[in-house]
Formats: sequence, C-alpha cells, structure tokens
Amino acid sequence: MNFDFSDDQKELKAQVSKFLTEKCTTKNVRKLYDGKDRYDAVLWKEIAQMGWLGTAIPEEFGGLGLGYLELCVIAEELGRALAPVPFNSTAYLFAEGVLLAGSEDQKKKYLPKVAAGEIIGTFARAEGPGAVLPKNIRVSFKGGKLSGKKVAVVDGMDADCAIVLARAGDDAGERGLQLCLVDLKQSGVKREECETLDPSRPYANLTFDNASAETLGKVGEGWSNTQRIYDRAAVLTAFEQVGGADVCLQMAKGYALERYAFGRPIASYQAIKHKLADMYCLNELARSNAYYGGWALSTNAHELPLAAAAARVAATQAFDYASKENTQTHGGIGFTWEMDCHFYYKRSKQLGLVLGPQRAWKERLVAELETSNA
Amino acid sequence: MDFEDSPEEAAFRAEVRKWLDANAKPRTKREITAEDMENGAAGMMAASKAWQKKKAEVGYARITWPKGQGGIGGTPMQSIIFSQEEAKYDVANGGPFAIGLGMCIPTLMTYGSEDAKKRYVWPAVQGDEIWCQLFSEPAGGSDVAGLRTKAEKDGDTWTINGSKIWTTGAQFSDYGILLTRTDPNVPKHKGLTMFYLSMKAPGVEIRPIKQASGGSGFNQIFFTDVKIPDSQRLGAVGQGWTVALTTLMHERLAVGGGAGGGLDVPQLMALARNLELEDGPAIKNAAVREKIADWYVKSAGLKYTTFRTMTALSRGQQPGPEASIAKLVVATKLQDMSAFAMDLEGEAGILQGSDAPMHGMFQGGWLSSPGLRIAGGTDEIMRNIIAERVLGLPQDVRVDKDVPFNKLPASR
Repeated sequence: MNFDFSDDQKELKAQVSKFLTEKCTTKNVRKLYDGKDRYDAVLWKEIAQMGWLGTAIPEEFGGLGLGYLELCVIAEELGRALAPVPFNSTAYLFAEGVLLAGSEDQKKKYLPKVAAGEIIGTFARAEGPGAVLPKNIRVSFKGGKLSGKKVAVVDGMDADCAIVLARAGDDAGERGLQLCLVDLKQSGVKREECETLDPSRPYANLTFDNASAETLGKVGEGWSNTQRIYDRAAVLTAFEQVGGADVCLQMAKGYALERYAFGRPIASYQAIKHKLADMYCLNELARSNAYYGGWALSTNAHELPLAAAAARVAATQAFDYASKENTQTHGGIGFTWEMDCHFYYKRSKQLGLVLGPQRAWKERLVAELETSNA
Repeated sequence: MDFEDSPEEAAFRAEVRKWLDANAKPRTKREITAEDMENGAAGMMAASKAWQKKKAEVGYARITWPKGQGGIGGTPMQSIIFSQEEAKYDVANGGPFAIGLGMCIPTLMTYGSEDAKKRYVWPAVQGDEIWCQLFSEPAGGSDVAGLRTKAEKDGDTWTINGSKIWTTGAQFSDYGILLTRTDPNVPKHKGLTMFYLSMKAPGVEIRPIKQASGGSGFNQIFFTDVKIPDSQRLGAVGQGWTVALTTLMHERLAVGGGAGGGLDVPQLMALARNLELEDGPAIKNAAVREKIADWYVKSAGLKYTTFRTMTALSRGQQPGPEASIAKLVVATKLQDMSAFAMDLEGEAGILQGSDAPMHGMFQGGWLSSPGLRIAGGTDEIMRNIIAERVLGLPQDVRVDKDVPFNKLPASR
C-alpha cells in the first residue's frame, strides 16, 4: 500500500508552502477586495517564474513534466493561501483542455506560453443560470466564426484565450457540440466585468460577434471533452478546497483557544469542541477522497469520473462547513470586513460553484456508480 | 501513489494465501441478514475456537507478537494483509477473541507476573480461553473512572462487591480483567486498582442484557463477595487508572475498519432500483440520488482514510490520527441511511426480517445503529477525543478532579 504522496512530493509541498507563506498572505487578498485590481499580477509573475504553471505540462511543450500529483500538492497550497491569481482557470481548465483535445500544433502553440506564464486562459461554458445541458448551448460556431454569449466566465476579463463550448452542427443535442479555442483580444469579443461575491476571483460575461476561433477537437465531442476536462479540474480544485478547509479549522481552533467567555477559553466548551471535531471529520473524508482523485488523475484510471465527482463533492462539503463554522466560532468579529473569515466563506462558494454545483456533481457521481455496477 | 504491495508485502501475501488455500475454502458470496448483524460470531463458537487454534500453531493468531506466543514478530502491515486475505475464506474469524487478545492479554503481558503470563497467554492465543473486559458500570459509562465496584483487602485476599455492565462476550468468557475502587477517600482516578479473575468464581453472576434490538450481545455482571487473591492484582494498588489506560491504548492501536454490518451504498442502490416512488423508479429520483452521493463520499472517504493509515504502517511510520473519525462517521451513516431506506420502503418499511424488503437488512441496520453510536465510546465521547487528542483543545472542566470520590454528587 502506497497511498500517500512521496517524500519528493511532500518536499515540493513544503517549498510551495514556504514560498506562499512569504509572498501571499491574506493581505494580498484584501488588496483586491479593497482596490481595483482583479488579480495579483506580481504574485502571478513570481508563480510563473517558479514554473508551477507547467507542472503537469510535458517537457516537449515547455513544461516541467513532473506530473499531476505534483500539481495536486501545489493546488492544496494555493487553496490554503487563497492565492488571488488565475491559476485554476489557466492550469486546470485551459491547459488541460489543450492537452486533452488539442492538436499537436495547438499544444505547441499554446502550452509553452501557459507554462511560461505568458498567457492567461480560461473556459467558457455556462450561458445562463441553472444546469449546463447540451440542449442549452446556443453559442454558435460556423465557418470559423463564433457568435453568442457566455456568462460567469472566471478570469474572463484578463484571459488572453478561452476554450468555448459551442454549437457547430445542426444537431440540437450533444452531437452538435464542439470545443473552440478563441483569442479574446479581438474586436469580435466584448467583455463585461461582473460583480461577484469573491472579488479576489473575478468573472466576466463574454459576447462573441463573429469572432475568429479555431476548433479544439472534433464536432460531436465537445460535450464529452468538456466533461473530461472538468473531471480533471475537479480533482485539482478539490485539493484547493481541502487546503482552504484546513486553514478554516486551524483559524477556528486558534481563535477558540484565545477567546475567553464565562471565565474560560471557548475551546473548552463542547459546543465548540464538537463543532471542530465535525469539521475535522469532513476535512479528513475530503482529503482521502481528493487523494483517490489524485491517484486516478495521475494514472489516467478509468475510475477518474467517479473519483473526481467524489473528490469534488466531499471537498465542497468540507470547505462549505469549515468556512461557515469558522465564522460562527469567531462570533460577531467573524462577520466583520476586517477579519479574514469572510475571505474563506466567499472562496468556498466560488470554488464550490466554479466547475458546476455540488448537485450536478452528485448526479454525475451516481450516474457513474450506476454504470460501474451495471 | 498506488495500491500495490511492496515486494516484501507481496511475498507475505502469497505465503498467507498458500496457507489459507491449504487450510480453508474460499468464501462464497452471501447476503447479509438481520441475524448476522445481531449475533455476529457468537453463534459459531466451536468453529471460531478451532480456526483460532490452527492460526496460533503457525503464528497467524497474533502476527505482531513474538514467535512461540502466537505470532511471527511481524509488522502491523502483515497483520492487515493476513486479515484481508482471511476475509476471502469461509472461516470463523469473528470476534470472540478480539477483546481478550486485543486488550486484556496485552495488559496482562505488561503488568502480570511471569507465572501469570506463562499460564494465561498461550491458552488465550489459541482460543481455549476467552477473556472479557470489566470496566463500565451502571452508574458510569462514559465516565469510567467514576466506577463503584468495591475491592476490599483482608490479608492476601480481596473481596469484590458491585456490578459491571455492557460486557461483550461475558457469557462465554473464562476470565476477565476487572477495574475496581479500592480507596473511596481519594479523588476518583487515584483510588482504582486492576485485577484479573475467573468468570466462573463463586459470587460472579452473569445476566445477559436484552437489547432494544432484541439480541443479547452484552451482559451485566454482579459480584457478591467474590474472593480474589492479591497475586491476581495487575499493577500497584491505586494505579488502576494507569493500567486501564494501557488496555484502552491497545484498543486504539487496532486499525479502524468498516463496521456497519456490510450495509452500504450498493445495498441502498439495489433497493432503489426495485422500488417505485410517486414520480417513477426510486433510483431515478433526484432526492434519492443526492443521498446516495452523500453516503458514497463518506464510505469512500473512510475507505481511503484506512488506506492512508495502512500506507503509514507500510512505510514503517506512525499513522496519523485520521483513523479516529471512523466510528463516528460509520455509526451515524448506518442510522441515517437505514432510516432513509425504510422511508423509501413506505408503509412496508416497518416490517422486519423476511417479511421486509431485502430480508430486512435496513431494519436490522436501523435497529443496531443506536448501539453502534454508543458502544466503545459514544458519539459525544468520540468528538471529545478528536477535539482533545487530535486537535489539542482543552479538556472539559472537571469539577470532580480534586474531590474525594465519596464526596462526589452522583446520579440517584
């Protein structure tokens, strides 16, 4: 049995943690909450210089070619630090999309730029509130031109390129869907910045008006490719969520030990102890599910869809509980702008929705269970 | 990261399989019944003893113990590998020896005389003698140190009066380790002393407790002027709490497993596939699917948590504290999932046994789950343990800490 990270991977984690502890405190996050910037450009540049963006990108495409378990440990630390950078959209969604569905030429063109931090990428899927379903995808791709509107695109204001799920054929269902790769810096693309709950992770609506785009993979494979890309992103995001949830537990513990009420630390009351014990249970369940997802991702196992959905659901539940009960443990001060609690509360919701809600992942999980039992 | 054995582990697994092939038949798949959950291994005592003896001869009874004492001086990982392989065979590997060998005998090995070790260890290892643990009392379950069973010394003999409760397997036990109060004039932890005794001694009366689930896995024991020679004392007079902690530490060393009677998501899905609800098949109902997902991530999370613990053992490291979540999560899940399944069954959900859907497995789970939430540490105690020992939060305020035991207020 060898179901844990290797010593080298743990060493990498320690290095990443050391770097982020120095370079990315919640002050970096607060700056975005109180200012006009959408992401921390200085930190982004430094992260690119460290080579983290190319962790899982093969060397032939300019990456470090380390692997997905290495990317997992980096993700956990980024989640812990609430790193306000477009890492998730660029490394998990865009790069994975190109790796999975792109041609050799596309990989050669885009991946070295991702690895070097020269471009920010993202993925545009939803077209409105509610479930994202094949029949609801209306953005059209015809004759190399993209038209229509995508909403709530993470890092949409700052991304250089996006993968867009579009309808390329006449088929109104899954078979008409196609992934496209579009340069967002062209006149056919209009961006509108969105107001969001978590100002440290910005969103935009993107309107395409005959924007030039190239195909990424084949028509008819758009939906299945999206799912495969999102499975991969879900595992990596689960590590971010696990990292965030762990910080919430540590914050709640730290505060409960310091805060006195009725003559003793509130950490000595069972109401608080049991809350934190429950937090610990959910966090450990999430961590173990995330590890299994990491294994499935790194080995490209056929269990990946199930493992990803389980990792996603468990991590979303853990971060949700930990962030809200961390705020609760802090009492009134936890609800102030000055305390950091709300950063985690909001980030837990951002990460919990960015790849689709828990409900959709639960449905995917059970659908996978049904297939594997059949 | 993988789930593979190391070369040494693989070699050991092959060795174990070879032995099992020569000594047992592969297990055939069988549905779990409510009776299985209720009775466990109690119904198969003779078979259990015979199997235990076979294992003891070759050192597979207590793999981590030294050669000649039922073990091979093996690693915890080898012990897990043996259990994994053993579970694939149709053998009586159930629990009548678990408490004795897991807790009582290690305590005896730490605190007993050389003569006692010589006399008791081997018969226990090979299954000839069964041991039980006599700690909990009617007046104190979670608060074990508040026990009242009296031991009074006259010359070289102690006289025991009192009662113990929730004793698993006492009805077929030969010996027990017994925690008593020898001095009520000092604070509660300081006045305790540990002994071992024969469960057949005059004055020992064992009464099975009929549980709310109908079965009788536990007993209440009454001690009326039971005589114990001082040579059967374990540890010094007044040091009983320290000795008891040794016993309980051995309990925690056991790797948490998949308790829950084998009821899990696959069984719930099987039920949902065969039930019709208001809007069609239960398996297609969104609320049902959401619950299935919730319990799946808990089950999978526990399974992979166990894998993490095993990985630490496999690497020769001390496992982290993550295994401490198992019982708390399993017991609650069993109760919630069983109740949900019965709700799906509708008006027929109240039926039991073969009258109920799927041979009443969910009713069985539902009935046994309150016990699982209490036995071996209540949910509340488990949360305290996680909060205090894992997270390092302060202990509760102990108003009884410095008060002589006989001055403490008590339940009526």
